[in-house]
Amino acid sequence: MLKAGIDIGSRTIELVVLEGSQVVESRQADSGFDPLAHAKKLLEGVDHDHIMATGYGRHLFELDLDAPTVTEIKAYAVGAKNLFPQVRTILDIGGQDSKAISLNDDGKVIKFEMNDRCAAGTGKFLEIMAQTLGYSLDQFGVEALKATKEMQISSMCTVFAESEVTSLVAKGEDRQDIALGLHRSVVRRAVGMLKRVSVKEPILFAGGAARNPCMRHLLEEALGVHILVPENPQMVGALGAAILCSESG
Amino acid sequence: MSEDHRSMWESLGLDLGAHDALLEVLGKGYQDIYLAQKDRPEGMGYFDFVMSEVHGLRIKELLDEKAAGRKVIGSFCVFVPEEIVRAADATLVGLCTGADFATDEVEKLLPRNTCSLIKSAFGFKLAKVCPYIESADMIVGENTCDGKKKSYEIFNELVPNLYVMDLPQVKSDEGRALLKAEYLRFKEAVEQLTGVTIDAERLKRGIEIVNNKRMAIHRLAALRKADPSPISGLDALLANQVFFYDDPVRFTDSVNKICDELETRIEKGEGVFPKETPRILLSGCPMAVPNWKLPWIIETSGAVIVGEESCVGERGTRNLTDDSWDTVEELMETIVDRYFQVDCAIFTPNPDRLEHIVEMAKTYKADGVIHYGLQFCQPYLMESMPVEKTLEEKDIPTLRIDTDYSMEDVGQLKTRVEAFVELIK
Repeated sequence: MLKAGIDIGSRTIELVVLEGSQVVESRQADSGFDPLAHAKKLLEGVDHDHIMATGYGRHLFELDLDAPTVTEIKAYAVGAKNLFPQVRTILDIGGQDSKAISLNDDGKVIKFEMNDRCAAGTGKFLEIMAQTLGYSLDQFGVEALKATKEMQISSMCTVFAESEVTSLVAKGEDRQDIALGLHRSVVRRAVGMLKRVSVKEPILFAGGAARNPCMRHLLEEALGVHILVPENPQMVGALGAAILCSESG
Repeated sequence: MSEDHRSMWESLGLDLGAHDALLEVLGKGYQDIYLAQKDRPEGMGYFDFVMSEVHGLRIKELLDEKAAGRKVIGSFCVFVPEEIVRAADATLVGLCTGADFATDEVEKLLPRNTCSLIKSAFGFKLAKVCPYIESADMIVGENTCDGKKKSYEIFNELVPNLYVMDLPQVKSDEGRALLKAEYLRFKEAVEQLTGVTIDAERLKRGIEIVNNKRMAIHRLAALRKADPSPISGLDALLANQVFFYDDPVRFTDSVNKICDELETRIEKGEGVFPKETPRILLSGCPMAVPNWKLPWIIETSGAVIVGEESCVGERGTRNLTDDSWDTVEELMETIVDRYFQVDCAIFTPNPDRLEHIVEMAKTYKADGVIHYGLQFCQPYLMESMPVEKTLEEKDIPTLRIDTDYSMEDVGQLKTRVEAFVELIK
């Protein structure tokens, strides 16, 4: 039996298909302006007997395809436990949400925190700041790690931070230094959220922002512990949904 | 809507265009949130009717009462003692504070970071869409939080008949003395407004009417201990909301009728959601009509609300006023005693509220507590931290929500609430 999990996020969609406990298919696409259409396109030619949806667009999918859904919080917990059975804390920084999740010994969610409605501290913040500094998203973290000077960025609001960055650039500050300052501000917020929930080890860092080497470095520095990062940090939710789908039938 | 209503609204000075727009939004919201529910008790038909006529027939009744020489008093808070109002044959109504309206006009008078409830009160007045406020002979403002007490200074310029009641902030002898002095002053003001001298007999009758209303609500609350719950949290919240608007005697009868029906349901093991549906206690800021956003999200996310620790709920209705006294002085003392127990977050310290939340979670067999804080409502947001800590120490899962009346955060709230429901399952 083939069990699929689809994670329809605000920026990207991930699909994982399991046969038994083996991942037989794993795909990714941009959400675009019509996430449902993009999700269906991603599913084209993919064999599956059951499917479960998670992520921001899960209810769109549920209505259209009558598929069961699970929140990304539970999906991440289940996916993370599958990858790292000992994991006790998850930080997920995605496109428009960031979440800290605390698990008990059995991998059950016992507490979680999410950012509120604005994009502060999310992947969207990093994306827009990278753009403002003229970096691609992949370059952004790499370049930030080359900074030579500490710089405090005080605005967490994407709009205000953008003008703060513009004025720093106008002052002749180095791009790499500004980039580091921006990463630090996101990490400060993430650590605050983690501390409200738990910082019990092992800690897993997932979501698109976990692909950023500067984020990983600063997070380890701030928490003083080693952080686990899955090979593809954006697939954790889809994997969790696929596993839950197989459990529910 | 009948032409009679339109001329009535016009005579009250309402802005008919804006008011039509409000009624349309209200009607649609009610349809989508209330009428879309399954297996509602038949007795809720009464509340459907009340809501459909909340700006119509109920206003006509109030205007008829006024024509017969009785007075209407509007209030924003459960600290305004209805017993005293009733004793003078006047009617107390809750004023509209549950939706954003005319926000751009409001923000000319109030800072943007004022809570939705205060902004809403101003919005309904400024946009001329609340027939209750326009019908009121006296509007009582009360010094609860800083936001409200400072905003009344500005509100005073918008209405001709604002009466401000001071309230204590500490549960001490001095605090009680202040409440007593203020209630005596309020009694005189009501007497002056109505021309009625409030004697012991009148006060006893006022207490009886209001106690009966509270007892009906207590009966409804107790029935929600059953699993499956015989009534949705949304419907029970509506009864608690209508508590503030309806004719008290008719309200009491209608709630009791629903309770009879619910008792039959419980006997048969019937409910609005399946047995073992996760049970949520809602705690925090008041929810005035039509602020149904969070309860609607909760009950469409696979959980049922089994109690409201709120002013529009058990915090507002839980204690009766002792009427076993014979003089006005004694009865005024017992009224003060009753209201001095209200554990509003403006009191410091406020340990009673913490105890009450824990007690309610146990009584109604809640699997988890969702704390609802209105953005910028300092007293309740501050208390949400110790509430969470206390509950978690007792292994009661807790989710703190900080939101307002806008719909922009519905997606994120839904994810958080669904994840919380998954967690307590």
